[in-house]
Amino acid sequence: MSGHFESHFPDSGHVDYSDQSSSIDATTIAELKELAGRYPQSRSALLPMLHLVQSVDGRVSPRGIEVCADILGISTAQVSGVATFYTMYKRRPAGTHHVGVCTTALCAVMGGDILLERAKAKLGIDEGQTTPCGRVSLERLECNAACDYAPVVMVNWEFFDNMSPETTDELLDALMNDDEVASPRGATLTSWRAAERVLAGFPDGRADEGPSAGHASLLGLSIARENNWGAPDPDNLPAPAETQEAK
Amino acid sequence: MSLDAKSAPAEVAKKPDLVNLTIDGTSVSVPKGTLIIRAAEMIGTAIPRFCDHPLLDPVGACRQCMVDIPDAGNGRGFPKPQASCTMPVAEGMVVKTQMTSAVADKAQRGMLEFLLINHPLDCPICDKGGECPLQNQSLSNGDGESRFGALKRTFPKPVSISAQILLDRERCVLCARCTRFSEQISGDPFIELVERGALQQVGTYETDPYDSYFSGNVIQICPVGALTSAAYRFQARPFDLVSITTSCEHCASGCELRSDHRHHQIKRRLAGNDPEVNEEWSCDKGRFGFMYGRGNDRITRPLVRRDGVLQPASWPEAIDVAVHGLREAGSRVGVLTGGRLTVENAYAYSRFARGVLGTNNIDHRSRPQSDEEADFIAAHVAGRSLADSVRYADLDAAEHVVLVAFEPEDESPIVFLRLRKAVRNGTLRVTTIAPFASRGSEKLSAELVAVAPGGEAAALSGLELGAGTIILVGERAATQPGLLSAVSAASARSGARLAWIPRRAGEVGAIHAGCMPNLLPGGRPLADAAARVDVASAWGASTLSGQAGLSADEQLRAAASGELLALVVAGVDPADMGHADEALLGLESAGFVVSIEQRESAVTERADVVFPAALMEEQSGHFLNWEQRQRDVAIVVKDTRSPMTDMRILAALADAMGSDLGFRTPAAARADLAELGTWDGHRAASPTVADPGHVVGTADGLVLASWRQLLDASSGNDHELALRATARPAVARVSPATANALGATDVVCVTDGRRRLMLPLLPTRDMVDGVVWVPMNPGIGQGERLASVPGTVVTVDVVPVDEGVAS
Amino acid sequence: MTDLLTPVMSSDWDSDASWKLSRYEEVGGYRAMRKALDMQAGDVMSLVKESGLRGRGGAGFPTGLKWSLVPQDNPNPKYLVVNADESEPGTCKDMPLLMASPHTLVEGIIISSYAIGANTAFIYIRGEVLHIVRRLQQAVEEARAAGYLGANVLGTGFDLNIIVHAGAGAYICGEETALLDSLEGRRGQPRLRPPFPAVAGLYASPTVINNVESIASVPSILDNGIAWFQSMGTEKSKGMTLYSLSGHVKRAGQFEAPLGVTLRQLLELAGGVRNGHQLKFFTPGGSSTPILTGDHLDVPLDYEGMAAAGTMLGTKALQVFDETTSVVRTTLRWVEFYKHESCGKCTPCREGTWWLVQLLMRFEAGTAEPGDVDKLLDICENIGGRSFCALADGAVAAVVSAVKYFREEFEQGYTTPAWELFPYGKSALFATEGDPR
Repeated sequence: MSGHFESHFPDSGHVDYSDQSSSIDATTIAELKELAGRYPQSRSALLPMLHLVQSVDGRVSPRGIEVCADILGISTAQVSGVATFYTMYKRRPAGTHHVGVCTTALCAVMGGDILLERAKAKLGIDEGQTTPCGRVSLERLECNAACDYAPVVMVNWEFFDNMSPETTDELLDALMNDDEVASPRGATLTSWRAAERVLAGFPDGRADEGPSAGHASLLGLSIARENNWGAPDPDNLPAPAETQEAK
Repeated sequence: MSLDAKSAPAEVAKKPDLVNLTIDGTSVSVPKGTLIIRAAEMIGTAIPRFCDHPLLDPVGACRQCMVDIPDAGNGRGFPKPQASCTMPVAEGMVVKTQMTSAVADKAQRGMLEFLLINHPLDCPICDKGGECPLQNQSLSNGDGESRFGALKRTFPKPVSISAQILLDRERCVLCARCTRFSEQISGDPFIELVERGALQQVGTYETDPYDSYFSGNVIQICPVGALTSAAYRFQARPFDLVSITTSCEHCASGCELRSDHRHHQIKRRLAGNDPEVNEEWSCDKGRFGFMYGRGNDRITRPLVRRDGVLQPASWPEAIDVAVHGLREAGSRVGVLTGGRLTVENAYAYSRFARGVLGTNNIDHRSRPQSDEEADFIAAHVAGRSLADSVRYADLDAAEHVVLVAFEPEDESPIVFLRLRKAVRNGTLRVTTIAPFASRGSEKLSAELVAVAPGGEAAALSGLELGAGTIILVGERAATQPGLLSAVSAASARSGARLAWIPRRAGEVGAIHAGCMPNLLPGGRPLADAAARVDVASAWGASTLSGQAGLSADEQLRAAASGELLALVVAGVDPADMGHADEALLGLESAGFVVSIEQRESAVTERADVVFPAALMEEQSGHFLNWEQRQRDVAIVVKDTRSPMTDMRILAALADAMGSDLGFRTPAAARADLAELGTWDGHRAASPTVADPGHVVGTADGLVLASWRQLLDASSGNDHELALRATARPAVARVSPATANALGATDVVCVTDGRRRLMLPLLPTRDMVDGVVWVPMNPGIGQGERLASVPGTVVTVDVVPVDEGVAS
Repeated sequence: MTDLLTPVMSSDWDSDASWKLSRYEEVGGYRAMRKALDMQAGDVMSLVKESGLRGRGGAGFPTGLKWSLVPQDNPNPKYLVVNADESEPGTCKDMPLLMASPHTLVEGIIISSYAIGANTAFIYIRGEVLHIVRRLQQAVEEARAAGYLGANVLGTGFDLNIIVHAGAGAYICGEETALLDSLEGRRGQPRLRPPFPAVAGLYASPTVINNVESIASVPSILDNGIAWFQSMGTEKSKGMTLYSLSGHVKRAGQFEAPLGVTLRQLLELAGGVRNGHQLKFFTPGGSSTPILTGDHLDVPLDYEGMAAAGTMLGTKALQVFDETTSVVRTTLRWVEFYKHESCGKCTPCREGTWWLVQLLMRFEAGTAEPGDVDKLLDICENIGGRSFCALADGAVAAVVSAVKYFREEFEQGYTTPAWELFPYGKSALFATEGDPR
């Protein structure tokens, strides 16, 4: 697979100016200013501020760019340069739930390619699109640092591990039906916008949900426990590790 | 401490710390910190490059300039080729460029191949074709054929990034010279790299185009044809153009320009390369503002008023009429030369007035002026040379610059760039005494001392100045009585150096030529008998009149009153005068007006005889910029539509009057003036006009603050629509408190009793209360140009929204 | 001789609520911090320097040495920035650590900041890991409430603020200077060096940038001493580290072991390659490290061992692929990753990956032409070592090492699509019907 090479870019270089809608109000502006105030130099807050813009407008809106530029005292072009650089910033409204299927080499080989095709077919949309009902948007992801759980699907940046076509179907059905879904290594799903708000730096109080670790994260530890292995006792260190070297 | 001990370290510091290295087997010594790419230039080796530019911070982005470094100076080499544009030399370093290293050569060929895989190769239809670094270096350092047989990246093209500049993203090699220029040099970060990876491109934000007075520079430094101007796009091929080095006629910054012409017509102008003045930059007015002589209003034949109507006439007839009128007037004549002449032409007027007409009534100042200013000029500007004046290099080295009645970005843009460079280097602090922090001041991170016009003198006396300070004072200082006296006093008191920077290119030269009522050529005080003897003997005259001359304002007033019977007027727009209505009345009422002009104007309309004068591009000569530096003007267009220069016309008039101007070519005039030399006698004293304090805005009116923005309705910008379209929008500024007092509104009408200007209101942070600022010459569509000078009270009325919209 | 596995940072990941401050302190958390704050800052730095701890983010630069490069006489504030932008394909060690035990990092930050004299520290974490961001945010708040952060930490006069900063999707921000630009609210593009971050980093001030695992290793070193730390690992690669095993193995997961363990040992613990299959190739430390094959199962997974095998230890992300895998396909996907993540700043990376992807697509589709393998290698030669940062070198490493070990498979791309040679469905971890193309 991989036949998705694009070479013509008719509409690149900017956010979607045709959609001028925005829900940014005085509260949002106050929060944006609060973010700017958290850093030794305010411009450092730009990435979090754009996350917050997304949580309010469902995308990086033109007004969001203008407000950020105004608060930080930089040009709109400078904000636009940042907003178009990072892949988490969306040009068009994402769905209530944003689904990403990892298709970097390992996940792709382990089945991620199949899962992405399956999700596209099931949702009836292409990557980068949102279902007409607005519930789910879909994208192809690059490696999400969960390779020991491959193939991996992300929903609102929560992990869904060791996915198969069947579990992917179930997940998508649940999302489309607005059923409650919990990440096996995270919290109960809220929405992509709510997630963006947390990423902006406004916690949602869900940190204590979910487990300490997934099964793969614990594999080595459980083997060590089974074998009674561990780090040396600092008060009773083993002889220097020449033997280890000799192996 | 002995003198030696004091001077020795300075002597040592002057000598650059030299580093010895070997490039392609040749030993070379260069100052410490020199980049390898430039060290290679010293031995004549051009390493190909795109992103590298000596005036921009190194970036190392294009990777074209790879060289092999078998020894970094520490006995160890780099395993891989290195970018020579980011690496400084080191003692004992060994560098092998493409000339001697197969590795470097292959790296460079590989890079060119990469740069071309997504390039459209549309050289035959590209403006840059023929002068394109990508094209040239592909031929000199690349392979003839590409191995790329796949899909190229394509974009819709071109996109306008401003009214003047177009961007073709397919041609762009992402060297970021343009974005670095806009951020680092001019401080206008409205073009930015956007997107990333293979999709990375230069972009703007939709509602904020690339708004910069210096935007044309990005076209010039673009190493491909990605950036083009609406003005020059598809106008010519570089190899069909003839390039002439000349100087800009617009402002006193004194830029060297390269003027490219074909078929006896200038096709474009580029910044020249003069490290001591404009470095490699120019402003957009200088670059694009050369179309003003192309309109139907160009005068190409003499005109004589017959039966109240100006009609074409032969040269002999026009000269006869002029001579007749001037003879009638005798010495009751005034000469207004304007501030745009070459030194040679100005000198011709000076000698014509004093030597031929026998009057000291000559003044070049076609703007608000004062006797205090004339005294200030005599004391601080006249008779100076480059050697004893503040220079650009002094701005680089200054600790503190104080701007008084001077907005460098608008009024002398290259001075602005120099100041910004020093501020960015962290060596310079700028203070501006102004009603608000202009965009230019903000880009200089200037400390604002917010005062209403008229408050500058008091503010200046409150500043801590030292010997490391330079005071830059603008021509607008003449509008505030006592200010130039205060500036002189502040300089004398503190040891701060002082420079007066007028707007127009010809002002300093006109002063040197003696186009001032109180000054003879060479800065000689008219009141000094020895000075008059100097000039009289040089001109072969028995004596020169010592009677004080009339200033431009006084001449126009005297013409209205009948005290003067005739006026000889060169490039003057009466609307520029401090008393515009009086000026018009003076021209209207004058018994006889001789106009020597390039284009129809308010003066030619009122003239009795009009002589067509050559454009700047059609003649040679020189200007003196604000530093007193000679800036040579060369003939660019030889097939002229009006072959007579001001000087030739004056020489013909002198001949016809039975006199002799003494020269009739620029070279002869220059030699004549040089022979006369500069005054070495007693210099006039600084003015000591007391500060009357400033007017205060009241409920009935606000104090007017105003200056000319760089791009405005100036006739110098005529016929260049894209340039005009990039002008900053005209607004009226008041402080937020003053805005509140006016009542919330979007549009105001500013009235000075005679004229009305309707402008959007822009409440401006940190602006002084009780003041309204408007651009001095906003142009059509905004209402009329106010006739008041800064510091007077004007009426500001709220405009109901519907009316505002309708206007 | 130490045990095969030595869980230290991961030793409490299996307890309930391991991420909470209360639990962390129950198992000795923040003891090392108190110990450090009782010492002179310079002594803390010396201790870490002498421990031999080397950066766990890929390059293996000695951590203590990095700290000592900060000019202490520089008048600007000093900053510690933790690189939690874990994005290198195959790498998945920092995220579980931060999810299960964020306080290990917070404690490490307090000690490290104290050592270098920083009063503000940043955790730059990739944005696409919501729950881990939550856990970090909460851990920082808990530590603040406990008096471990803020003004005058535990009455020592030391002030420290930690800012948790979520990125927004850019692999390049794992490159430390790109990270700094990103943290300054700019496009994450690498900066020119010199100046090095230690001298002029964040806000042009002295800055230390360390990987999560490097900083998380610090509390245990303080707590247990240099000798303890050096009792693990090999001569030049000291201590314990997290190895991540993924791909076609029976059980994938994290293994905290002394540096120098071999893949054979780890594979054994993981139950070997999945049933009925054999190892074909693996990455030792993420996609940027040249691949190895079954011939390298016994090479010690430490900095020196990997260098000797012509590759790098990298992030110790062992991605294992079995014989069903098309190396052409895998290589293409890795290069697609680098093309996608190229920041665009420099020519060879931006244009080279654009070209490589198109060329590799032809190999995959069986439409490459004879000679294209050499062309591929030559393009790689023109990219490798010529680009601004190491990102493109990663792409080149993937291609060149794949061709080195599997040239004939690329040559088959002159005639036969990869999906015919290696039906893709067979590589998937679940049963599939038909061809997933």
